[in-house]
Amino acid sequence: MKALLALLLAAAAPAAAETIAITGGTVAGTLSDAPIEGGTIVVRDGRIVAVGRGVAVPAGATVIDATGQWVTPGIFAGMAYMGISEVDGVGATNDRGAEKSPFSAAIDIAPGINPAANNIAVERQGGVTRSAIGPNATREIFGGQGAVISLAAAGDIVTRPRAFQYVELGEAGARSAGGSRPVAFLNFRNALQEAQRYAASPVRYTDGRGRDDLLTRLDAAALVPVVEGRQQLIVHVERAQDIRNVLALRREFPKLRLILLGAREGWLVAGDIAAAKVPVITQPMLDNPNSFEALASTRNNVGRLVRAGVVVGLGLIEQDASFQARNLPNYAGNMVAQAKVPGGVGLTWAEALRSVTSAPAAIFGMGDTGSLASGQRGDIVVWDGDPLELTSAPTAVLIDGVRQPITSRQTELRDRYLGLQNQAAPLQYRR
Amino acid sequence: MRKSVVAALLFTAACSSTPPPKTASSKPSGPPEIVSIPADPYPSTYRPFPSVTTVIQNANIYDGKGGKLVGGAVRLENGKIAEIGQSVAVPAGAQVIDARGLWVTPGIIDIHSHMGDYPAPGVEANSDGNEATSPNRSEVWAEHSVWPQDPQFTRALAGGVTTFHVLPGSANLFGGRGVTLRNVLGRTAQDMKFPGAPASLKMACGENPKRVYGSKNQPPATRMGNMAVNRQVWSDAAIYKRKWDDYGKRARAGTAKPTDAPRRELSNDTLMGVLNGDILVQNHCYRADEMANVIAMSKEFGYKVSAFHHAVEAYKIADLLKQNDICAAIWADWWGFKMESYDGIRENAAFVDAAGGCTVIHSDDADGTQRLNQEAAKAMAAGRRAGLPITPEHAWTWLSLNPAKGLGIASQTGSLEPGKRADVILWNGEPFSVYSRPEKVWIDGAVMYDWADPAKRPVTDFELGQPGRGDTK
Repeated sequence: MKALLALLLAAAAPAAAETIAITGGTVAGTLSDAPIEGGTIVVRDGRIVAVGRGVAVPAGATVIDATGQWVTPGIFAGMAYMGISEVDGVGATNDRGAEKSPFSAAIDIAPGINPAANNIAVERQGGVTRSAIGPNATREIFGGQGAVISLAAAGDIVTRPRAFQYVELGEAGARSAGGSRPVAFLNFRNALQEAQRYAASPVRYTDGRGRDDLLTRLDAAALVPVVEGRQQLIVHVERAQDIRNVLALRREFPKLRLILLGAREGWLVAGDIAAAKVPVITQPMLDNPNSFEALASTRNNVGRLVRAGVVVGLGLIEQDASFQARNLPNYAGNMVAQAKVPGGVGLTWAEALRSVTSAPAAIFGMGDTGSLASGQRGDIVVWDGDPLELTSAPTAVLIDGVRQPITSRQTELRDRYLGLQNQAAPLQYRR
Repeated sequence: MRKSVVAALLFTAACSSTPPPKTASSKPSGPPEIVSIPADPYPSTYRPFPSVTTVIQNANIYDGKGGKLVGGAVRLENGKIAEIGQSVAVPAGAQVIDARGLWVTPGIIDIHSHMGDYPAPGVEANSDGNEATSPNRSEVWAEHSVWPQDPQFTRALAGGVTTFHVLPGSANLFGGRGVTLRNVLGRTAQDMKFPGAPASLKMACGENPKRVYGSKNQPPATRMGNMAVNRQVWSDAAIYKRKWDDYGKRARAGTAKPTDAPRRELSNDTLMGVLNGDILVQNHCYRADEMANVIAMSKEFGYKVSAFHHAVEAYKIADLLKQNDICAAIWADWWGFKMESYDGIRENAAFVDAAGGCTVIHSDDADGTQRLNQEAAKAMAAGRRAGLPITPEHAWTWLSLNPAKGLGIASQTGSLEPGKRADVILWNGEPFSVYSRPEKVWIDGAVMYDWADPAKRPVTDFELGQPGRGDTK
């Protein structure tokens, strides 16, 4: 308990206060594929300043001895929902979607992110240090603007508000648009055209609204950075032809900075995606044809996309029932397993680690995290075993160079019920 | 067990493993005609596929009942485990597999599945898992919704699932009967039925039934409403059972005519089967306090709960579950998706185990079912970290022998013991490693999956002509 308190206090201290050296571990996720045995990492003022074997520990540095352990960049979830919802099924705690809102694209989910949400601590305990947080699109094809957050226990955790716009253009988009894919794509094109008119003259757009203008003024304004390429656009689609259609949207809107989410049939059009230089965020193990837009689902999808040259980051999508970012390293490990299956296409171990660290970071334009290299943010995890293995867990987590608590409400429940038989008083007195 | 011998005589055949007698009422003459409830009107038509005697040698083996062999061997013969040990006899003509560096375990048994009832693709037209039209739908049978062309079966097979239990959903307090299936595709659900496996009754606590019916402004709308409706149903079932017991007694004494037989109520048939101990209760229940209420209710009405499913808070009453011999069927780490799952912890499985209880790792999910070994690995590791010395060979009981117990099929499968069905997985590495996958899966001694042989990767009717058919999964 005291240790926890000390850790919490330490976490609350300013980042600049500490220089930390992590020594002796197997360091993976550096600029080279091969892990460095017995490497040292020095973090100062929130940034990594040195990585390698034989790096000197600066005088006065706090040393984390990682001998016999692994050290990696923090896990970056390409899509997840911690902080935006405490209990998914309890509406009052779930700020992902807003079915009754008059707004769609204009919604900025950042004010809904609650740093005290318990799932942040649980995911951090599993080594997740950053995440893209996406809104739900329910009433309209546009869900609004998602954020990139840190999972730090203290401070402002919204690393990048309004990092991306979110749109549904597959089955879900067809449903919310009125019942068909053509309508969804029409809605999309109309919305971006309205945004262009808004950009040309906000006053005229507002004053001269025609009867067939569909967007609210704020929604039109929110789509200006999308159509002008100043904000990324995450498009959730699964079907191969939907992917082709999305890529083709750039003929009309050439500046779109697309990210495909899901893309479970992506392998069928991997060359097209690669040629368009559009990255993909997906859950790699979903291999059931559980919708007509995902009939070609296979665990080979990610491997085939990466072989074609597509940058792929792992994240959670709705079909993932467990819906926990802390399992993403295991998902990456499954891609290594997939490479061993005869006829299977998976990832190398280094690629797998990148798919949950530097790849998603790069996709969201955060090239300053996701690798263990000088100049990078001090988002670092020390693991008691192979970081992709099911039996491994973090022993230390740093975010922006600050050591984080790796306890949670779940730890407290565990400790309360450990050794259940010896009770002198009701368990509620134990904490 | 129950005292009513007559009822037992009438009903035992319903679900026991012995071949059911023909319905007495169909016999033309002889001793007094006694009306009875058809014992097995939808019998299994499953037949094991042809197999060859197979010896797997030099394998590391988790035997499924807590034991481990390093460099051991197992022989599969006539569809059964014939021998297991450091070395086994190799009959002439046997197929011998040198499994150096490989691992062998019993097939995985998923005690909680909706495959077939909620098949892929998950379109409304195929959504057949919840008869959410009344809180007591004990009369529906999950097997009658099973679509044998569900592609999800094949992915589960590639993950080593050899047997699974299909349950109705949890919209109702009494969801209906569950069915245990072999993961061997057929043209009908009966082709997949596990011969002799008892049926189950799916019950549900908590949020789902009270939400589904409360929102229709009918009982139950609260947890106390759940219990009240449950108790009335059991009370009525007890009356039904008394009628049949009494009729049976009189009929055997020659004092009752066939027309005196009680009217059959299909819902009460199922409930009477539970009261007679022939049908096993599989009870969806997250919260510890609700499980305790159900245990008390089971004593009030004289039945037994076989397993609590989704028992996210089992760790809070691990001692109670042990005392009452009830399995906790759980996920490794699902939590927070609804209020009653809020207190989920990864140590749940290990805490139940440490109390001497019956831990089962289940999926409830056609994706998760493919990697139950991985779920168990996470749960095992969390337990070890909390100071509980759980060995991998012991943790494998959570995936095979314990679910077999919970389903009443432990005498037939769940461990690599001579005489049991040869349900076996050959893994390319230690089975709790994320890097390991099944290479081969035997069901009743027949190779039903081989990762290196496309001919041993089943493709359902639905997937024919679709993109990605037959791809490695």
